[in-house]
Amino acid sequence: MSQEQIDRAIAKDYAAGFTTDIESDTLPPGLTEDTIRFISAKKNEPEWLLEWRLGAFQVWREMVGPDWAHVDYPEVDFQSISYYSQPKSMEDRPKSLDEVDPELLATYEKLGIPLHEQEALAGVAVDVVFDSVSVATTFREKLAEAGVLFCSISEAVQQYPDLVRKHLGSVVPRKDNFYAALNSAVFSDGSFVYIPKGVRCPMELSTYFRINEANTGQFERTLIIADEGSHVSYLEGCTAPMRDENQLHAAVVELVALDDAEIKYSTVQNWYPGDAEGKGGIYNFVTKRGLAHTNAKISWTQVETGSAVTWKYPSCILRGDNSVGEFYSVALTNNLQQADTGTKMIHLGKNTRSTIISKGISAGKSSNAYRGLVRVGPTAKGARNYTQCDSLLIGDQCAAHTFPYIESKNPTGIIEHEATTSKVSDDQLYLCQQRGLDPEKAVSMIVNGFCKEVFKELPMEFAVEAGKLLEVSLEGSVG
Amino acid sequence: MLSIKDLHAEVEGKNILKGLNLEIREGEVHAIMGPNGSGKSTLGHVLSGRPGYEITQGSVEFLGKDLLELDTEERAHLGLFLAFQYPVEIPGVSNMEFLKASVDAVRESQGASAYDTVGFMRRAREACTAVDLDQAFLKRGVNEGFSGGEKKRNELMQMMLLEPRLCILDETDSGLDIDALQVVASGVNAMRSESRSFLLVTHYQRLLDYIEPDFVHVLADGRIIRSGDKSLALELEAKGYSWLDDGEVA
Ligand SMILES: Nc1ncnc2c1ncn2[C@@H]1O[C@H](COP(=O)(O)OP(=O)(O)OP(=O)(O)O)[C@@H](O)[C@H]1O
Ligand SMILES: [Mg+2]
Repeated sequence: MSQEQIDRAIAKDYAAGFTTDIESDTLPPGLTEDTIRFISAKKNEPEWLLEWRLGAFQVWREMVGPDWAHVDYPEVDFQSISYYSQPKSMEDRPKSLDEVDPELLATYEKLGIPLHEQEALAGVAVDVVFDSVSVATTFREKLAEAGVLFCSISEAVQQYPDLVRKHLGSVVPRKDNFYAALNSAVFSDGSFVYIPKGVRCPMELSTYFRINEANTGQFERTLIIADEGSHVSYLEGCTAPMRDENQLHAAVVELVALDDAEIKYSTVQNWYPGDAEGKGGIYNFVTKRGLAHTNAKISWTQVETGSAVTWKYPSCILRGDNSVGEFYSVALTNNLQQADTGTKMIHLGKNTRSTIISKGISAGKSSNAYRGLVRVGPTAKGARNYTQCDSLLIGDQCAAHTFPYIESKNPTGIIEHEATTSKVSDDQLYLCQQRGLDPEKAVSMIVNGFCKEVFKELPMEFAVEAGKLLEVSLEGSVG
Repeated sequence: MLSIKDLHAEVEGKNILKGLNLEIREGEVHAIMGPNGSGKSTLGHVLSGRPGYEITQGSVEFLGKDLLELDTEERAHLGLFLAFQYPVEIPGVSNMEFLKASVDAVRESQGASAYDTVGFMRRAREACTAVDLDQAFLKRGVNEGFSGGEKKRNELMQMMLLEPRLCILDETDSGLDIDALQVVASGVNAMRSESRSFLLVTHYQRLLDYIEPDFVHVLADGRIIRSGDKSLALELEAKGYSWLDDGEVA
């Protein structure tokens, strides 16, 4: 395929680039203690949570942003961000989808996420976060029957304060890192899940996120607690409208898997990546971490196709003996996107096992880095890790980097690392075209083949979505 | 069906085809022989539209269309198929998936409805059997780790499923064991029809024992220097190309 064809393909517009006009109750830009008091009051939060937020703010003010990642972006002006916005029509929560703002539903329609259909066909409970407030929560009753709690974190603060208070910040402490501290201070909303002892959650839990308000930072906070012997699969997906200003997204996700529990957390991330010149796009600075107790298993699967800058390392702390951590990742960068992503597997318990499968795809002039840490602590007798890290280059102006860090403090640990780099070759594209496939279809097929090992970890309905997002993101990544 | 007139083509600034003429009518089988580096594969690639070749002179008409104006995939949609001399691997993409995508794309371009998945899988399994490959090959990545002969059979399988109008086989017989050669030959013979034509590039007269050509051409230094019937192949086998050099090229 010629450079010209590549360029043409790359030039396609971002399919999700539109905004929805919903009146917002938005706080003016700026961040002070008063901002935090406003957010907390708006949510009618208990005193302890306000204190917790203020404590985080104190810590954050003394921290500086991380500079070690292989990414390059202008400094974020935290005073120019608005820290609270809420669709006005939602002051009174809708009881069903019929009461949801039709324009909002239309937005999801455009994204190919017909809620009604999803409910009916997939049996998925959808907790939609639109801007900072959850607007539709479905399948509540069926989940309630099983004793599963699934709601927005704001609601959980009101209804299950003890659970929230016990676990919030227990996996990602407020002072963990710059962005985690910021999130702790100003988090807007997010999801809360609690699966009781021995319960297998009767359906996949799913949240679609979407940034809507211009110039509004998004600070989701998600907390998932799987009690002993329980099992849950959680899906997170997002896509954002076209914007000129860079938008900051600093989420925190905490997973707690108690003894014998299993949490599977899947993400498809398609935030607006910016235009071909690198203008606009989301800054995605996320802290995701899970804590696995004895015999517990935590599995992260992510398909990252969006954002201008991604900084994200879903990690597992394998504290309990025999606990298992998994990380399956597809990260695709195109145009001027930058991604520095990977995982940390911290082995503390005996016979803990972890698997890392990372597939990085770079196209255009993008830069894609895998950064992974495998640490085997002194107590982690018999720990095992297997890491496979593959990079695929499309075109010759992009870059792929691999930064594996291995720290082993126990001689019985076994750590394996394999890495490959390959290129979508002109000859492969020629073969496909000779057989009648257009170049875009060809590239998307080749890339899908490259990602197969990760896609098969995704829940069925999500795998389809992932393939679609990959194709949209690849419109332009050919080479 | 295919009319090549005074075709000149270069690659990397190097002149490879230097005034090639060839006329193929519906239902005909043409064989092209010629020394290494004479431009046989180049001809196949130029016809199928591989990027990187510059046509400096001449014209090619295929089924009433100006072939050189079309994109690579458009030529495939018209029914032009090239079995590669060196098929490439596409790791991770299963043969079945690849075949389905190709056949769907070609049928869609022709306004035909796509095969349903079950129906297509049955056809693919039949083609797989026809080229004497184990069904397991349908699940493997395209050409991934295939032996040389297996790759060639895989090309043939694709050809069977795509049902092209013009099949260009670039040394599909090279590197095949004697049984495989028969498999390829009977595959081609089964596909011969009034409306389908073949251009066989080969170094061996042996293939032509199994697939009887209507015409045999000798390509040397970018031009067809001699054409004849199948007896020409026998003659070449006996005397080599230098015999022609002496007589035809000054
Ligand atoms: N990309 C390229 N750059 C430079 N020279 C090339 C390129 N591709 C082909 N050639 C040259 O063009 C000439 C014709 O090559 P071609 O592959 O068409 O020969 P062929 O007749 O198929 O030979 P064989 O019988 O060995 O397969 C050769 O001299 C080859 O080296
Ligand atoms: Mg050749």
